[in-house]
Amino acid sequence: MFAYYFRLSLRSFRRNVILTGLMVLAIGVGIGASMTTLTIFRAMAADPIPGKSGELFTPQIDNYGPVNLGPDTQRFQTPDRLPTSLTYLDAVALMRAHAAPRQAAMYATNVAVTPADPKQLPFRVPTRATYADFFPMFEVPFEYGAPWSASDDQARAPLVVITRQLNDRLYGGVNSVGRTLTLNGDAYRIVGVADTWHPTPRFYDLNNAFDYGGAEQLYLPFTRAIAQQIHSNGLSCLKPVGSGWQTLLGSECIWTTVWVELPTAAAARAYRSFLFNYAQAQRDSGRFHWPAKVALRNVRQWLAYRQIVPQDVSTLVLVSFAFLGVCLLNALGLMLAKFMARLGQVSVRRALGADQRAILAQCIVESGTLGLTGAAAGLGFTLLGLTMARGLFANATSVLTRLNGGDIAIAIGVSLVTTMLAGLYPSWRASQVQPAWQLKTQ
Amino acid sequence: MLKMNHLSKVYRTDVLETHALRDFTVEVREGEFVAVMGPSGSGKTTFLTIAGLLEEFTGGGYWLDGVDTRGLNDRHRSRLRNEKIGFVFQSFNLIPDLNVYDNIDVPLRYRGLRGAERRRLIHEVLQRVGLSSRVRHYPSEMSGGQQQRAAIARALVGRPRLLLADEPTGNLDTQMARGVMELLEELHRDGATIVMVTHDPELAARAQRQVRIMDGRIVELEAEPALVGQGNVDGLSRAFSRTA
Repeated sequence: MFAYYFRLSLRSFRRNVILTGLMVLAIGVGIGASMTTLTIFRAMAADPIPGKSGELFTPQIDNYGPVNLGPDTQRFQTPDRLPTSLTYLDAVALMRAHAAPRQAAMYATNVAVTPADPKQLPFRVPTRATYADFFPMFEVPFEYGAPWSASDDQARAPLVVITRQLNDRLYGGVNSVGRTLTLNGDAYRIVGVADTWHPTPRFYDLNNAFDYGGAEQLYLPFTRAIAQQIHSNGLSCLKPVGSGWQTLLGSECIWTTVWVELPTAAAARAYRSFLFNYAQAQRDSGRFHWPAKVALRNVRQWLAYRQIVPQDVSTLVLVSFAFLGVCLLNALGLMLAKFMARLGQVSVRRALGADQRAILAQCIVESGTLGLTGAAAGLGFTLLGLTMARGLFANATSVLTRLNGGDIAIAIGVSLVTTMLAGLYPSWRASQVQPAWQLKTQ
Repeated sequence: MLKMNHLSKVYRTDVLETHALRDFTVEVREGEFVAVMGPSGSGKTTFLTIAGLLEEFTGGGYWLDGVDTRGLNDRHRSRLRNEKIGFVFQSFNLIPDLNVYDNIDVPLRYRGLRGAERRRLIHEVLQRVGLSSRVRHYPSEMSGGQQQRAAIARALVGRPRLLLADEPTGNLDTQMARGVMELLEELHRDGATIVMVTHDPELAARAQRQVRIMDGRIVELEAEPALVGQGNVDGLSRAFSRTA
């Protein structure tokens, strides 16, 4: 009977094109608005590294202290006022302690690339200075070659991993492993070409969380970058720091981060304890004059802590679903009008043997068919909404404004279920018709 | 086939109580063609809708083909209606979205028959009423007489035990009305049990038996000579409640 009711629904739509169009429009606009915000929210709130987000942690150490908080501390928009980066000294100390099976200190910078082809002009590329463990920890795929090794880190080797994007630009996409690349005037050997990899959001670089355009195209050893005095893209200092690279390295300016892999809860507890003891030792040594305060957060906790999904986006999702509710109420009213206008037909069907359940089923199937049609319209409005939303993310790529299979399935499911729910009351009203009365008055 | 015993139907609102049928007793045997007559508001249509299980009654009893209909739930009533009763309405009541084939298909759908069986029954009944050439036409594309034939075909396709017709020629011109009546008579000759509500005495005369209703009661039946003159409506009703 389902196929029969479905065919009847389509005939009913054809018979009342304008009324059907209004209902589809009401549902489509509601679905479009809610799915636009939900798609963006899902992209923002997605787990960037499923399967490992509970094992990757970033430490924080309070090197500023409560009494040192001044006007600049408004930069620390974090609930516990902990700095979101580490000093060079702390990052290196944590790396040397090797308290985690895998660990990588890192910072963002940019370097000047001089192509081998003299026809190409030098250009700057976003770069990440990090350790060898970065690649297996974050499961970075490789198209060619492999990352450098831990011994290369120690040796401050002039090695580099480039991305597929940069490889395409410089070498036309061929295997460039072994070739020499000139960075900031120095020669580096390419050891690997990383395949396309865009964790969303980019949890280890929240300044470019959703911006593919700002993502690094080149990786080089942290130790080499320090040795070559390659400055970070940004740093935060509580007080003015004297000039000089060594002065910067020894200061309390924060500009590096560390990520560690702790595969078990016990390992995380142990590292947290180590971190606290480290901060305590800094206090004991006279560097800090306040109680030791540290934090160790995994990827999901880090994203929540940094409020990567702005509160207004969350609010917008709620508002848009409330709007969907209003649209569905409109659709409910139109469905009620449509079904009530067909009470004569319903009565005839009842006279021919349809019981109330059959009428209810027919009307609910019609509501569901309307929901599917509304989903199609809603997907169209969603694409329109996402296109318009791209203007709000000036530097971000389409990562936030792209419909994937999951979003499409959600849109169809939401439209189908909510329209059928909205159709329950009109369907029930239609099934309750007293056929004798209707037939008498016809 | 159809037996009502002291049946009553009362419509109640907050301020009004209307007795549509009172102490209504009638019996229709299998194979009879009964015409029901009476002025407007006498209760003819109420009798028909109760007989067709479209409405519940307030008091008394109603047996349809031996089944006591009192207390049946909606599902049972609908199944009984689908299997045993065919309706023919004054205004045809064909579903405008559906063509002739699909209109006739409706009762068979609710019976759960397979497609091949439904097709066979539909083509059979279309041939019977002479509408085989109109199978894909919509109601708006047919004359009144053709629409009523289609409605009769829909009523007959499930091979009901009882055909209930409410002013079947009321919306037809003389020629079309004649054609429809001839079809009903033909069906009766073939063994159908028909109860027809009509205002038209000429049409009523073509039935096998006539029942007159006034103020919700049967006031006149085609009398058998032995019972004429008793002046007792209830007695007449019982006398003419012929058992099989």
